[in-house]
Amino acid sequence: MGRAPLIVFDKVWKTYGQGEAEVRALAGIDLEIGQGEFVAIMGPSGSGKSTAMNIVGCLDTPTSGRYGFMGTDAGRLDRNRRAALRNLYIGFVFQGYNLLPRTTAAENVELPLIYRGVSAHERRALAMKALAEVGLEGREHHTPAELSGGQQQRVAIARAIVTRPTLLVADEPTGNLDTARSHEIMQLLTRLNGEYGLTIVMVTHEADIAVYAGRTIAFRDGHVASDTQKIEAA
Amino acid sequence: MIWETVRLALRSVRRNALRSFLTLLGIVIGVAAVIAMLTIGSGTTAKVKADISQLGSNLLIVRAGRPPAPGSGPQQTIRALGEKEVAALTAHLEGVRAVSPASQKQVRVVFGTESLTSSITGTDNAYLDARDWKVASGRPFSESEVRGGINVCLIGETVRQQFFGAGDPDGAAIRVGRMSCKVIGLLEPKGYSGFGQDQDNVVLMPLSAFQRRIAGNRDIETIYVAADDTTPTQVVQTRIEDIMRDTRRVTADREDDFSVRDMTQVADAMASATATMTGMLGAVAGVSLLVGGIGIMNIMLVSVTERTREIGIRLAIGAHEKHILVQFLVEATVLSLLGGLIGIAIGLALAGAASLALSIPFAPSLAVVLLAVGFSALIGMVFGFFPALRGARLDPIEALRHE
Repeated sequence: MGRAPLIVFDKVWKTYGQGEAEVRALAGIDLEIGQGEFVAIMGPSGSGKSTAMNIVGCLDTPTSGRYGFMGTDAGRLDRNRRAALRNLYIGFVFQGYNLLPRTTAAENVELPLIYRGVSAHERRALAMKALAEVGLEGREHHTPAELSGGQQQRVAIARAIVTRPTLLVADEPTGNLDTARSHEIMQLLTRLNGEYGLTIVMVTHEADIAVYAGRTIAFRDGHVASDTQKIEAA
Repeated sequence: MIWETVRLALRSVRRNALRSFLTLLGIVIGVAAVIAMLTIGSGTTAKVKADISQLGSNLLIVRAGRPPAPGSGPQQTIRALGEKEVAALTAHLEGVRAVSPASQKQVRVVFGTESLTSSITGTDNAYLDARDWKVASGRPFSESEVRGGINVCLIGETVRQQFFGAGDPDGAAIRVGRMSCKVIGLLEPKGYSGFGQDQDNVVLMPLSAFQRRIAGNRDIETIYVAADDTTPTQVVQTRIEDIMRDTRRVTADREDDFSVRDMTQVADAMASATATMTGMLGAVAGVSLLVGGIGIMNIMLVSVTERTREIGIRLAIGAHEKHILVQFLVEATVLSLLGGLIGIAIGLALAGAASLALSIPFAPSLAVVLLAVGFSALIGMVFGFFPALRGARLDPIEALRHE
């Protein structure tokens, strides 16, 4: 490969609670994800995949071990530093879309730019571009309630990519969508991965969604159970 | 950025219009009460001052008997004032505009079939000067009328209205008690005093006529002294006391058997008493502002809880703690400031209505209004801080999971 890995898990442990009630979410994970990879994380509930995703997205920190993101020891950073890191390099897409209600699509997409201090004028331009990119021209002034599930998820993706992030973290992005809509969203993510080299880490429990990823990591009981590269058809 | 936040806050206030309004109500009532109290209070103070100065500017009032002291009990025989004291004051007192003796009695006045109980004052022309009172029509007493105690009188506006309607009273003969009296002039209206007394229900006549026909003695109740504009009333008061002691032979080891009241000081004392009262009422009203602040805190806590998910989204996409803190702080401040502005409008309207009803001057103060604006903003910040901090400290993962 030659490239420095974007994400490094070095003996990462994550435990909740104390003593008898202690729950091990992650039990010494070692993992590397390179720049430009599209990774699907699978596993049953309680396998630790959500915890791993939160750490990848710099929302959470390991109990012990090292989490490296873009060469920084992201697991040791304080709240506000991690917030800055998220704002600069990470986009989020959630299962429930998580758009601000009663707020237009354009305003939702602009949100991360506000915390970067981008001017209102430039924000609007960037938001329009991002919305065009996900195929939502003409829907800028619709509120989430006026959009279908698939369209809402596209707005969420536009919000995630408007900052031109290095990493996109997607938590069951198709969990609330029907099959046709799901595949449209996956094709969009695949295109973003291919065209911009956007690194994507996606949690899913559906195998036909995971196949869009180039690499599938399965979690079980806080360990990595399997880590398989897709064999590209020639 | 801050303008952006203010816009966001306004939108959130509008979105929950009813709830925002109910929250505002506490601040609105508090601010309105404070503003109304203080504005009405300063109007009252101005009114009291004006009333007292209406008695006459730089006026001092000399009466027989010790000044009433608390717990002193009834005084022994009071030596009335007489011609002697008036003569001494007129001859020796310097720095004064007018010295005038006056005696007063409530007497029934009759004209035709109409009658009226009026305040009859026996005095001279200097009385008009001392009390800054002018003759609106007709003429004041002549020298010979005063000296001879002729049955002539000046009447106040109320008396004129009662007896003559719109007509001219000049030359008419009215019956005062058992004497007949020729009206020679009309006094200009003075209105009601601060104590609710109709100052225009008066009949003035020469002192000696009053003493002979109404009072039946030669006593003088009051001597009015008006200091001139260059002599402080305190100085005049001391001079009066000296002359009075001398004339009445009050030796240094005895207490004065007369009193001298400086109406300027009385005015100041009453004004400061009203101001103190106003301040106290304002402070009581201020307590309701505090209650309003707690209302804001309560609703901001609800708002933070309700919008936990929104906070989670904002934190996830890179908002710092301070961004969330500022957002909710601005929202609380906008809310209470809005309440403050509405409260000021209502308070001023109330004070305006009250000043019409109580016929006191409407005296809004810019300082009080600015203070209310500042204070309501401060309340928003203080009471919004804890809820805002609570929002800012949320864990993004927990917040995103919140339903």
